[in-house]
Amino acid sequence: MNKMTMTEKILAKHAGLDSVKPGDNIWVNVDILLTHDVCGPGTIGIFHREFGDDAKVFDKEGVVIIPDHYIFTADEKAHRNVDTLREFVKEQDLPYFYEPGTPNYCGVCHLGLPQHGHVRPGEVIVGTDSHTCSHGALGAFSTGIGNTDAGFVMGTGKMLVKVPETIRFVLNGKKPDYVSAKDMILRIIGDIGVDGATYCAMEFTGEAVDALTIDERITICNMAVEAGAKNGIIPPNQMTLDYVKARTGKEFTPVYGDPDAPVLKEYVYDVSTFVPCVAKPHIPSNYAPARDCTDIKLDRSYIGSCTGGKLEDFVMAASILKGRKVCIDTFIVPATTEIAEKLLTTEIDGKSLVTIFAEAGCLPVAPPSCAACLGGPIDTFGRTHGKEVVISTTNRNFIGRMGSKEAPIYLASPLTAAASAVKGYICDPRDL
Amino acid sequence: MKIKAKVYVLGDNIDTDLIIPAQYLNLVPTIPEEYAKLGSYAMAGLPDSEIPYVDQSTGKTPYGIMIAGKNFGCGSSREHAPVALGAAGCQAVVAESYARIFFRNSVATGEVYPFETAAPLTAEFKTGDEAEVDVEAGTITRCADGKVFTLKDLGAVAPVVAAGGMFGYARQVGMIKSK
Repeated sequence: MNKMTMTEKILAKHAGLDSVKPGDNIWVNVDILLTHDVCGPGTIGIFHREFGDDAKVFDKEGVVIIPDHYIFTADEKAHRNVDTLREFVKEQDLPYFYEPGTPNYCGVCHLGLPQHGHVRPGEVIVGTDSHTCSHGALGAFSTGIGNTDAGFVMGTGKMLVKVPETIRFVLNGKKPDYVSAKDMILRIIGDIGVDGATYCAMEFTGEAVDALTIDERITICNMAVEAGAKNGIIPPNQMTLDYVKARTGKEFTPVYGDPDAPVLKEYVYDVSTFVPCVAKPHIPSNYAPARDCTDIKLDRSYIGSCTGGKLEDFVMAASILKGRKVCIDTFIVPATTEIAEKLLTTEIDGKSLVTIFAEAGCLPVAPPSCAACLGGPIDTFGRTHGKEVVISTTNRNFIGRMGSKEAPIYLASPLTAAASAVKGYICDPRDL
Repeated sequence: MKIKAKVYVLGDNIDTDLIIPAQYLNLVPTIPEEYAKLGSYAMAGLPDSEIPYVDQSTGKTPYGIMIAGKNFGCGSSREHAPVALGAAGCQAVVAESYARIFFRNSVATGEVYPFETAAPLTAEFKTGDEAEVDVEAGTITRCADGKVFTLKDLGAVAPVVAAGGMFGYARQVGMIKSK
């Protein structure tokens, strides 16, 4: 039997095959289909069009619906779309619906999914959102798909998958103070480019990866798609298994690759050489050390999203903002309700994160959702409308991404976004 | 099948926010009037200095073929992207390479043919030129002088494209029942 990477092994197992190799087109059994308010209604439309009005989903427990994109808006169609999800959940009697306006609402799907125990090592997850690659952080094969594929999965539980080649990133060394997981992935994307891993699995290993927390692993795998990857994946360690077991009663079997499995390419880094950085407009590969960008005057700092709106992201931001004042509009958008609650209870030197943000002059903490990460309806919190220059902990800086075509976006870590909010220009957090 | 149309020429890394800005993702592609509306917003994310892609009086594009560079469709998994192009009247995209999800969504929906070229064609055409794509022969011809350029074989997805999309293919291979 040929040696296989962990991505290949997970796919082989889910296709009922002893072995697969990159390039094989195989039908894979899906464990979890994730959808949300933006792509769910279209997916449901395709599901009923193709399988009939009376069709039933492949597995009630396998379809997880987390509305998160356009929640806090007056947009009528956005509300209509959540109503469509609501009716579908009722019709199909689905147990996992994180409904807006109820205590079940959880916020951004890519944090809600693991926090509620739907991400398990060794499983296959597909979702109607490109950042579904985030869940490889816990050792699952997880990838973003469109409505048509999702409608197909909804009815059959199966998906046609081309087995990706694996590119391995071995991250050695210890990351320096003030360098975060976001700096690591921006550096990698800067090196390989936005199509540097197209169609491939990005596998992250090495002592620096093993030392990463769950939140940091999510940051790294979340942005695999910004290099074009099909999935990002990190071998689970004991911390991963403990995190998952605390959140699900379901059995799961972690899958690890053969150490000598062939890969398309291997990159080896010493992360002790990494520095705080940004991705300049208008593409995530436009890497620059933060210190080279101090001439960039800012109008806004945005801390939020599945990439940069996790508890540890806010702890990092608060560690910078404690006892300091921001001089530009600073937006704090926790990704999920769980994170929002922890902003109240997590303290640094006796002060809650929420208090630290308030005393620093940040805007009041917004309710959890995708908010301005992708612009959205015109009344979306934090959306740009003019020529605002933004530093943001989100994942994309395409033209118009946060709303206005004329508002340039610099992607950065929460530490750099917070330090820059204090200075009003791009600031390396080591220089504050 | 032959597609004869005017071309619209773009560069590298044309992302899904340019193809269909997130503001319009409240529209649901399976609702016919919203499908048409998505078409009217195709390429609405392009800077305002660019030639408009859609004729606002008709909600359709005069450019039935898109020519682009590397990594076309990067970014979001929004199927609204190939849908918006298809709904606007674009029939084929001819790019040097694609982002994975856009390519897959184009094939799965059958909205546009996603052809790749061996060499970049962005300098061989300018917006407004007439071209003809011959799907079977795998060529694109510049009508002004008859110069023919070769398109890459669609490879493993050719049977899915030929079946009109993922559902047609799955029915052909017996993965799901015929309607």
